[in-house]
Amino acid sequence: MGSVIDYSQKRPTYAGHADHGPAKGLMRWVLTTNHKDIGSMYLWFSFAMFLLGGSMAMVIRAELFQPGLQIVQPEFFNQMTTMHGLIMVFGAVMPAFVGLANWMIPLMIGAPDMALPRMNNFSFWLLPAAFGMLVSTLFSEGGGPNFGWTFYAPLSTTYAPESVTFFIFAVHLMGISSIMGAINIIATILNLRAPGMTLMKMPLFVWTWLITAFLLIAVMPVLAGVVTMMLMDIHFGTSFFSAAGGGDPVLFQHVFWFFGHPEVYIMILPAFGAVSSIIPAFARKPLFGYTSMVYATASIAFLSFIVWAHHMFTVGIPLTGELFFMYATMLIAVPTGVKVFNWVSTMWRGSMSFEAPMLFAVAFVILFTIGGFSGLMLAIAPADFQYHDTYFVVAHFHYVLVPGAIFGIFASAYYWLPKWTGHMYDETLAKLHFWMSFVGMNLAFFPMHFVGLAGMPRRIPDYNLQFADFNMLSSIGAFSFGATQLLFLFIVIKCIRGGKPAGDKPWDGAEGLEWTLPSPAPYHTFQTPPEIN
Amino acid sequence: MHGASANRRLILRLLALVLVMFGFGFALVPIYDVMCQAFGINGKTAGVYQGEQTVDQTRQVRVQFLATNAAGMSWEFRPLADELAVHPGASNQMLFVVHNPTDKPMTAQAIPSVAPARAAAFFHKTECFCFTQQVLQPGERIEMPVRFIVDRDLPADVQHLTLAYTLFDLTARPAPVPVADR
Repeated sequence: MGSVIDYSQKRPTYAGHADHGPAKGLMRWVLTTNHKDIGSMYLWFSFAMFLLGGSMAMVIRAELFQPGLQIVQPEFFNQMTTMHGLIMVFGAVMPAFVGLANWMIPLMIGAPDMALPRMNNFSFWLLPAAFGMLVSTLFSEGGGPNFGWTFYAPLSTTYAPESVTFFIFAVHLMGISSIMGAINIIATILNLRAPGMTLMKMPLFVWTWLITAFLLIAVMPVLAGVVTMMLMDIHFGTSFFSAAGGGDPVLFQHVFWFFGHPEVYIMILPAFGAVSSIIPAFARKPLFGYTSMVYATASIAFLSFIVWAHHMFTVGIPLTGELFFMYATMLIAVPTGVKVFNWVSTMWRGSMSFEAPMLFAVAFVILFTIGGFSGLMLAIAPADFQYHDTYFVVAHFHYVLVPGAIFGIFASAYYWLPKWTGHMYDETLAKLHFWMSFVGMNLAFFPMHFVGLAGMPRRIPDYNLQFADFNMLSSIGAFSFGATQLLFLFIVIKCIRGGKPAGDKPWDGAEGLEWTLPSPAPYHTFQTPPEIN
Repeated sequence: MHGASANRRLILRLLALVLVMFGFGFALVPIYDVMCQAFGINGKTAGVYQGEQTVDQTRQVRVQFLATNAAGMSWEFRPLADELAVHPGASNQMLFVVHNPTDKPMTAQAIPSVAPARAAAFFHKTECFCFTQQVLQPGERIEMPVRFIVDRDLPADVQHLTLAYTLFDLTARPAPVPVADR
């Protein structure tokens, strides 16, 4: 996107009030309506949740280091797997992408801020409340949620611990926060683009977020609905999911996965968009097939609504249902393949350099594709009966979420840190962070394919002796991946505190309006819209 | 350039979409029930059957009966016979014995399921104890009937049906919830 900016932008004159920075003190953060402040808070919150959810993963891997029960009781182990999933999905990955959206979308489309700044503040501050409530259940009598992050009824209704009501309200709060965030993003993208920034000129990150926001608006209310039904079943004597009263537990799975499958694309589409900015920057070539990328994203979003029952092949759906959901699921490989080939074609014959953002982006393409392939294996309905609820599934979704979503977030963080802080991060440490994460992550999750195919069930604190060696390797990989993330914290803090000053455009191949601004980006930007050719 | 009114219009539309999708989540409940009954998915059987059929003397299928207590249910619950050989189209009856061994009155509800699931749409009940809740006094024992017709159009490869009932204790439930026809 060739863009010409009006350089008078950089020293804007503010009509009516003097040029001011942020307010001082704690209340700046409580009351802020600035998209950069809120974006930063989202990112810090998500990192804190990443460490919390990660430490629960460490408990899980410590228990699974050897067969037998060593460290925790099965009841607590169940709470750890449940909370790890919930915190990583709703607390780490989703808020990180909302944080990136807050920071970058206004800068990328030439908007002065988000369209609804006060709602933006409220969306963020709902999250600490929601997760404070969710995590507090761990300390309640009877323990926290222990029914898996998918909270299937009747485990989450008839047999749930009493704290399930707090879990339900926490999910409601998260849902309201996500819906408000999504409305804000759509309003910003549709109404606040600078003149000349047509839809098909928008960076792909903006496009993927626009589509993600629509997915959020479509499915978060369904999640709210399903937890509301649980609430009524538990407290008001209804029987949505209770066979005794004429309901059906399988209904829960249908409603949940109607939300749950689009949800997995909510967690990956923004990463697709970020990587589509980063790979061209470091391959020094424009993105291959921009238009096809937009349509592929839209196709993935549409298909995500008609594949949900592939999570339920073994519950006893009829043969025609199995076939429909099998073929529809496999169809998703087509638009996803378009994207992967476009990224590879972008790199083809580019003059590539491998700074940390590019390392994470290239690893994203390779490892996400591996996760996609194991997804195709799981999509084969007759084979799924063997894989269902084994560690093969765990390997699959960690391959799409860790090197997919999380590496996408790391790539974005390194790519835009110079713009956020005005300093270059420590490239040597960042590369160390990449390689340690890469090795640790593969060591943790690759052996899970093997133990899964051999029949090791997921969510069980003990296992057969035959799985011992691979599990020990997985645990060692998980510990080293987990410890490495403290290095990331150090790198970010070091970058905020100082470092080589970053120019307006620290990456020579980078494209986009955000690089026309000074680094660090001033508190207020694009008060008057930039000019775009 | 877009103004505040454009924002307001967009927000209202998006909020409407949120409400529609919230409603859609609940609409999935009746949709699911209708789909299950229409296609006989999930072993769910339909309500009271009104039709009549001529008997197909040339064919015989075995119908097996299962009675299971849900977790925590203390009643004795069993069919009088494990199995019947029936002609498609003919009307048949089976009795189930229930006995409340406790010293307090209890309410129960039996939930039927037919296997294989694709045969459920061909299994018609003209009368069934599962259409209502059962109240038994302390120590009371009764025999409960189910009358059924196996449809003449039952796929030829199905020679063996299982009718399974699970008995749930509803005594503790606050108020009887209207139960959909089954």
